[in-house]
Amino acid sequence: MPKDQGIGASSKRREDVRFLTGKGQYTDDINRPGQTYAYFLRSNVAHGKINGIDTSAAASAPGVVGIFTAKDLEAAGGVPCGWQVTDKHGEPMKEPKHPILAEGKVCHVGDPIAAVIAESLNQARDAAELIDLDIEELPPVIDMRAAISGGPTVHDEAPDNICFDWDFIADNKEAVDQAIAGAHHVTTLTLTNNRLVANAVEPRCAIGEYDAARDEHTLYTTSQNPHVIRLLMGAFVLSIPEHKLRVVAPDVGGGFGSKIYHYAEEAFVTWAAKAVGRPIKWTADRSESFMSDAQGRDHQTKVELALDENGKFLALRCETLANMGAYLSTFAPCVPTYLHGTLLSGNYTTPVIHTNVKAVFTNTVPVDAYRGAGRPEATFQLERTIDKAAREMGIDPVELRKRNFIAPDAFPYQTPVAVQYDTGNYGATMDKAVAMADLDSYAARKTASEAKGKRRGLGIASYIEACGIAPSSLVGALGARAGLYEAATVRVNPTGNVAVMTGSHSHGQGHETTFAQVVAEMLGCDEANVDIVHGDTAKIPFGMGTYGSRSIAVGGSAIVRSVEKIIEKGKKIAAHLMEAAEADVTFADGQFSVAGTDKSVDWGTVALTAYVPHNFPHETLEPGLEETSFYDPANFTYPAGAYICEVEVDADTGKVDIASFVAADDFGNVINPMIVEGQVHGGLTQGLGQALLENCVYDENGQLVSASLMDYAMPRADDMPSFGVDHSCQTPCTHNPLGVKGCGEAGAIGSPPALVNAVVDALSDLGVTHIDMPVSPGRVWAAIQAAQN
Amino acid sequence: MEMQGERLIEASRNEVWTALNDPEVLKSCIPGCEEMEKTSATEFTATVVQKVGPVKARFKGAVELSDIVPGESYTISGEGKGGAAGFARGGAKVTLADQDGGTLLSYAAEARVGGKLAQLGNRLINGFAKKVAADFFDRFQAVVQGDTPEAEKADADAAEGGDAPPEEQKKGWLKRMIS
Repeated sequence: MPKDQGIGASSKRREDVRFLTGKGQYTDDINRPGQTYAYFLRSNVAHGKINGIDTSAAASAPGVVGIFTAKDLEAAGGVPCGWQVTDKHGEPMKEPKHPILAEGKVCHVGDPIAAVIAESLNQARDAAELIDLDIEELPPVIDMRAAISGGPTVHDEAPDNICFDWDFIADNKEAVDQAIAGAHHVTTLTLTNNRLVANAVEPRCAIGEYDAARDEHTLYTTSQNPHVIRLLMGAFVLSIPEHKLRVVAPDVGGGFGSKIYHYAEEAFVTWAAKAVGRPIKWTADRSESFMSDAQGRDHQTKVELALDENGKFLALRCETLANMGAYLSTFAPCVPTYLHGTLLSGNYTTPVIHTNVKAVFTNTVPVDAYRGAGRPEATFQLERTIDKAAREMGIDPVELRKRNFIAPDAFPYQTPVAVQYDTGNYGATMDKAVAMADLDSYAARKTASEAKGKRRGLGIASYIEACGIAPSSLVGALGARAGLYEAATVRVNPTGNVAVMTGSHSHGQGHETTFAQVVAEMLGCDEANVDIVHGDTAKIPFGMGTYGSRSIAVGGSAIVRSVEKIIEKGKKIAAHLMEAAEADVTFADGQFSVAGTDKSVDWGTVALTAYVPHNFPHETLEPGLEETSFYDPANFTYPAGAYICEVEVDADTGKVDIASFVAADDFGNVINPMIVEGQVHGGLTQGLGQALLENCVYDENGQLVSASLMDYAMPRADDMPSFGVDHSCQTPCTHNPLGVKGCGEAGAIGSPPALVNAVVDALSDLGVTHIDMPVSPGRVWAAIQAAQN
Repeated sequence: MEMQGERLIEASRNEVWTALNDPEVLKSCIPGCEEMEKTSATEFTATVVQKVGPVKARFKGAVELSDIVPGESYTISGEGKGGAAGFARGGAKVTLADQDGGTLLSYAAEARVGGKLAQLGNRLINGFAKKVAADFFDRFQAVVQGDTPEAEKADADAAEGGDAPPEEQKKGWLKRMIS
């Protein structure tokens, strides 16, 4: 019998009431008295020297309140990067300044050069057209190989365009080289992980406001982590102390990573609101989002997998070029390194692994984490290569994976790439996926497809990810400039209802529902009595935010710790009320009882007493019922699973249709199965969108030519099958109090290789061995023609 | 992108060459050209209104003649800035040769766009650039041969709603939609 509330119940998302009735309060819905509007004049060219900016005509245009360029911002810092990677020579990465407005040069199409503030947005735009820019165009470098082979230099600090050249793990290199040299079989694959644009449904928006009477700044912004923005912008960019800076991230319409980072526009409106003495709103339009939101992926990799005669993996060697774009975004350096190299063991017992990653500057929009962040790139490399190896060696792809899975009794399992998996059962999820996909009748389906003139293909993929980001000591050692704990305050009000202030921001994940389920379960109260508050630095103690599938594992654990403290405090109060020893008081189902007696007091009495005490022993018992915790995880969590995709390919046109897709995931314990299923559906759709449709393209001059939704193909409902989703295989996390692992990114990590493996399977008898994503009709058709000639 | 083409013009090589250097002729032949002023023997300033897919803009820029071999060939190149719409750049190497029935004009043109034009219009740019180049030489042929009615027809085709006053064109709803 499914529960109707608490942990394990599919409680309906309470936030949907406002989202589905148009009552959400997004940043752009906020309007401040006296508000003005900012418009950013952005570079039309990918690379150029700014010889002059003449704003005189624009300054006298109707409605103009102010026009600003880099020289006005000389006192401000650049937009900082949150991670530092040390390269293989022990040198820190090259970290060129990322100015708020371009200083002397422009480095990508979309680089902001000047900002016009006016009474209306249209007046700001019209005035921007009057700005006379004298930009001397320089040859741009777009292709990563050209960039590292003597191409034009993006930043003088990195003359060879290499941000860092990273070996992981350097000590494994020799063993890997030897194993590959002497192996029975080596499978080699060169592939591209295509560049993506997040395209959250809500474009970025920021409102800056300054209260001169109180010397207080407020920034309303579309952020996944308002405290991180307050810290980065306050401390590193604008030198505003925390007590004078409030950052509010209200309802946010999707982030997928792209709203983690601190962006120049946020810093600008915060700074300029004081300069002009009025609030300033900036809202990106869709074209602007394409050229100013951090983009995702964009890796080129060569993979070599050594196997023995039985198909056991002996060694793995990967060489990757990772595009950083023109500047380092907040998380960018950690994506191809610590979120990627550490996952190259996958679900397998590969004994030695070595990877080299060169991070490359190009004259393109900055690249940073996008749903999965490094882990999809690692999984795609591994699972495509394993699939190719299976075909080359004539071993069934399910069987080859099973021969190499880490056995369920081998946990905790120390991989050769630094991380230790706490728990897992990869055979169980694979068996589950195989059963869901009904592989026994695959041959009949293939025959039926052939009868329709279609080629049917079957694609298998496993995945593992490191979530619950992140144990602060580990990521600190790896170069993070902050710990990645999470904070929560639980406040019990006098009549017993509960407010939870969490640093985990919700922008589609359903935290307001899920977190309330956890608290209600622990307190034995109704979920409706629990309110979740997030997204405002004035209300929340602190927060590292939402990314890396960390909210329930880290943010949820912080809430659990605070509720535990609340219960302990409640026991003290109850013991006082019942004149019992605190050690004898137990708490269950909302009642504090004295063990072995019939004495009890209910939750409401304890809560009220906490606030209206008359005879507390003040030396040992303070009034109030509010507790704060900072939870720092001991390890990452390791969700894992197996995905199976079937496709039908029309060989005449190259069109791929996804016939079926099943996902068997192990997320550990599950709080709300319905929300988890929704997260998996969203992740799968984003992953399959990458594999089938999406591609961010620059031409040779650095013009972004896929900068509209007419040119950048987002997945639509009719591109997707009805997913089969299961999360019954559960090996609970061993180191967090909820036993949870996180589910937000899984679908986007495991699905691309499953789909591409299926397409290659459909075409393998024609000689096709690989097609880069997206497997669009043109590419599939071309691959067929190339294989046949 | 690059484009080639040729036209057999029923006029002498000298007549064709003279026309190729006449700002009034060039102005009437450049599709969407509103203004053209000679600033030196080989340089002009020009204002051109063009519509590429959903992007319509007024480009202000310079036209230059270079690599001049009198009576035989030159390169005509231009660069225009279209404000929020981005920029367009292009050029054509024009070569004249005597041929039965008149003068054979050959051109090899190339064009490049940036900014919003590239972002929104890239799918359309190839076809657009070919059409602009072809229009220019169609009109030129018509003007030199004295077939004015056709030139006017081509002008009407190219301007597409071009009879609205310039200011209204600039503030057209479509541009607001996409800018």
